Amino acid sequence: MRRCVLFFMLCLLLGVAPLVARDNETLTLVTHDSFSMSEDLLAVFQSETGITVQILRSGDAGAMVNQSILSKGNPLGDVMFGVDNTFLGRALAADLFVPYESPLLKDVSDEFKSDAENRVTPVDFGDVCLNYDAGYFAAESAAIPESLVNLTQPAYKGQLVVENPATSSPGLAFLLATVQQFGTEGDYTYLDYWRDLVANDVYISDNWSDAYYNQFSGSAGSQGARPLVVSYASSPPAEVYFMETPPEQAPTASIVADGMCFRQIEYVGILAGSSHLDAAKQWIDFMLSVPFQEDMPLQMFVFPVNPAATLPAVFEQFAQMPAEPVQMDAATIDANREAWLQAWAETVLR
Amino acid sequence: MGRNGFALKQVFIWRHGLLLVPLIFLALFFFFPLLTILLFSLFPQGQADFSGFLELMTSAYYRDTFVFTLIQAMLSTLLTLALAVPSAYVFTRFQFPGKTLWMAVATLPFVLPTVVVAAGFNALLGPRGLLNMLLIGTFHLETPPIQMDRTLTLILIVHAFYNFSVALRLITGYWANQSPRIEEAARALGVSDWTLWWRVRLPLLRPALIAAALLVFIFTFTSFGVVLILGGPRFATVEVEIYRQANDLFNLPMAAALSLVQIVFMFVLMLFYTRLQRRMVVSMTAQGAVARVPRSPGQRLLVGVTVGGIAFLLGSPLVALVLRSVSLQDGVGLFYYQQLGTNARGSVLFVPPAQAIGNSLLFALLTTLLSVSLGTVTAYLLSGRVSRLAALLDPLFMLPLATSAVTLGFGYIIAFDEPPLNLRTSPLLIPLAHTLVAMPFVVRSVLPALRAIPPNLAEAARSLGASGWRVWWRVEVPLISRGIIVGATFAFTVSMGEFGASLFIARPDTPTIPLVIFRLLGQPGALNYGQAMAMSSILLLVCALAFVGIERLRKAGIGEF
Repeated sequence: MRRCVLFFMLCLLLGVAPLVARDNETLTLVTHDSFSMSEDLLAVFQSETGITVQILRSGDAGAMVNQSILSKGNPLGDVMFGVDNTFLGRALAADLFVPYESPLLKDVSDEFKSDAENRVTPVDFGDVCLNYDAGYFAAESAAIPESLVNLTQPAYKGQLVVENPATSSPGLAFLLATVQQFGTEGDYTYLDYWRDLVANDVYISDNWSDAYYNQFSGSAGSQGARPLVVSYASSPPAEVYFMETPPEQAPTASIVADGMCFRQIEYVGILAGSSHLDAAKQWIDFMLSVPFQEDMPLQMFVFPVNPAATLPAVFEQFAQMPAEPVQMDAATIDANREAWLQAWAETVLR
Repeated sequence: MGRNGFALKQVFIWRHGLLLVPLIFLALFFFFPLLTILLFSLFPQGQADFSGFLELMTSAYYRDTFVFTLIQAMLSTLLTLALAVPSAYVFTRFQFPGKTLWMAVATLPFVLPTVVVAAGFNALLGPRGLLNMLLIGTFHLETPPIQMDRTLTLILIVHAFYNFSVALRLITGYWANQSPRIEEAARALGVSDWTLWWRVRLPLLRPALIAAALLVFIFTFTSFGVVLILGGPRFATVEVEIYRQANDLFNLPMAAALSLVQIVFMFVLMLFYTRLQRRMVVSMTAQGAVARVPRSPGQRLLVGVTVGGIAFLLGSPLVALVLRSVSLQDGVGLFYYQQLGTNARGSVLFVPPAQAIGNSLLFALLTTLLSVSLGTVTAYLLSGRVSRLAALLDPLFMLPLATSAVTLGFGYIIAFDEPPLNLRTSPLLIPLAHTLVAMPFVVRSVLPALRAIPPNLAEAARSLGASGWRVWWRVEVPLISRGIIVGATFAFTVSMGEFGASLFIARPDTPTIPLVIFRLLGQPGALNYGQAMAMSSILLLVCALAFVGIERLRKAGIGEF
């Protein structure tokens, strides 16, 4: 009996595998765990094109790129969405993608395009900015910091939460913003700045969830005690959107002063080795089309790259846009990421 | 007398094939992907790349990381055992109301994601936590008196919080099979309480104590989330470093070197353990310990302190998050629970809670079935007379616990990419990965019980004319049933709470409860946080029901032994 059960289990395990294999009309989208879109919109795409979309998720953008590199040539899926400019260099260096120039790309501003060969197509962007606890700053009549340098002043001692750039994507974005502003050479480098932040009692959380919910005081859901956190420009509208009763005032706001926000851009690309090139191209066109672009803000809390897309009201009202976000090209990031992180860790942690 | 008299072996004397099944399973789903990724990392394009090892040997940072990992694991193990042994005594010897419930409460922390546990501890011990507010209010203090954030102390406390039940269940399960006669004899001879503990109880418990210590040690040695989130970025274990190297830096040679060092260290440790364990087998007559109602004031105090301790240390962070799940902006209610069931944004990401619960339960059930059958067979395999071989095999079955999920996840992607084993995007990988982690629990809880069976028992039954099957079912199974139940409970628990594997495997959408919590905590806003707390509370409830159910099943099905 027991043996039968065991044999049955093993047969089950080995036997089901071929059944899971995909059939021909299916397009497999490899993406990260935050990917979302409207069910209705997906249904429209599937019925108009006759393509069935299967969504495969990995943990975060980093895990997804790593998995794709390991499975290069025999990819897990046909298209990959969600690689951002901080990981793009690694993906391009590994030659993961087949070039494709979508006809809709001509409308997209050049500032979002990172690859001359169009191996990847920009889909959305988001700015990593400081968020502050609006209630706290109003109650204390305290000034809101207006520059990165402000954050090292005694007035903001013990008030800031950042994410560890080695383990968190917004954490890395904030580190890159400090690299851009203070540089790596000279009298006062980004490392000197970080030394000052540490001296000013900055709190370094492992990930965004811990920083935002356990340490930051501003979110309606959070329990923390610090009024400043590294988050996204889209977090304040999300706060309003995810309240039981929509308030007049958002509980948090972003600081969008020049040089204080870092722009993350997310891309989609066709994975080399895919046998559904046509379907993949249709999917990319679809992602750039107005319906998908207008669907993204409230699904993934990112901004559209297609200028024809209009933003939802809650974004218009509560999202601040930085005029001069920090932008850094993927190749520069990829060439230096490890060294910058290493130096950061040695300065800040040891 | 030889230990080859076990009934199951007699039954399968001509089909040792069964005993090989766990080995095949381990080889196929653990060693094959592990070796594939190690070879891939250390020999990229056929060229050996041992740069990782070189750096490991020369860098003071990695030496410190290793030393810290070792020390915190030893301290955590000591603390956990120091708390668990007296509690196990209370659970074995005394009858008190809500015993099953308290055991379930003690086990619940095991299933919670670290971020949620961090939230619970924040609510209890944080600067604005319950305890600090109470102390500030009572003694009119200026600053919070408890400042434990980001200290080794907090890491140790949370490790004990997670692992307390591992030790408690293993020791209680073993202790409950011990006859009270030896103790009664010792008491009749007039020994002191102290002598009773040191010379009688603890020596008799050694197999269970060491098994518990080993599991807790491995768990805390490879600790990841607790150190990252509650310890802060200044603390790093080897496991954290593997994750950083593999996931963030994609430095595969370094990640492979670290993984190998960790695995080899664990292997050597477990070889040592296996030798130790085999020298301290305690055969016993099968007679259950008797649990009494506490009578003397001292006994009542002991039971009270134990239950109070569990309620406070383990229960209060859990209560804090349940409270959080019903605290709305204005008042108290089940709004977040209702919201869990509505797809307000019409999103493809939406998971009805029933579906998440269903997926979690399905994976947990598969994991429990697989790991209990494979684990029990493994225990038979290891209990055999071929001691050299068994001594070598035993540590092999523990190795999955010492292997980081990210390493194994990478291994799955490159090892299982061709038919007939194109499993890399199969949802089946999740229960398979869980089984690898759960099996050692079953082995560790069944093996001491199996070894404690006097070999002449089965022979006696057979000489009375019982068939091999009958002997196994009527004599051996009852004696190891507690061990099996303990193992099954943990297999279930491991699967319900684990989501590391799910993150490192690209999978079609079969979201489990922890994954839904993780997703909710990934977006800002009160609704997301409230729903995450609601989903965590549901996870606690489902697990508590399951624990109580398993306990009922044992009592109803096999009776009290």
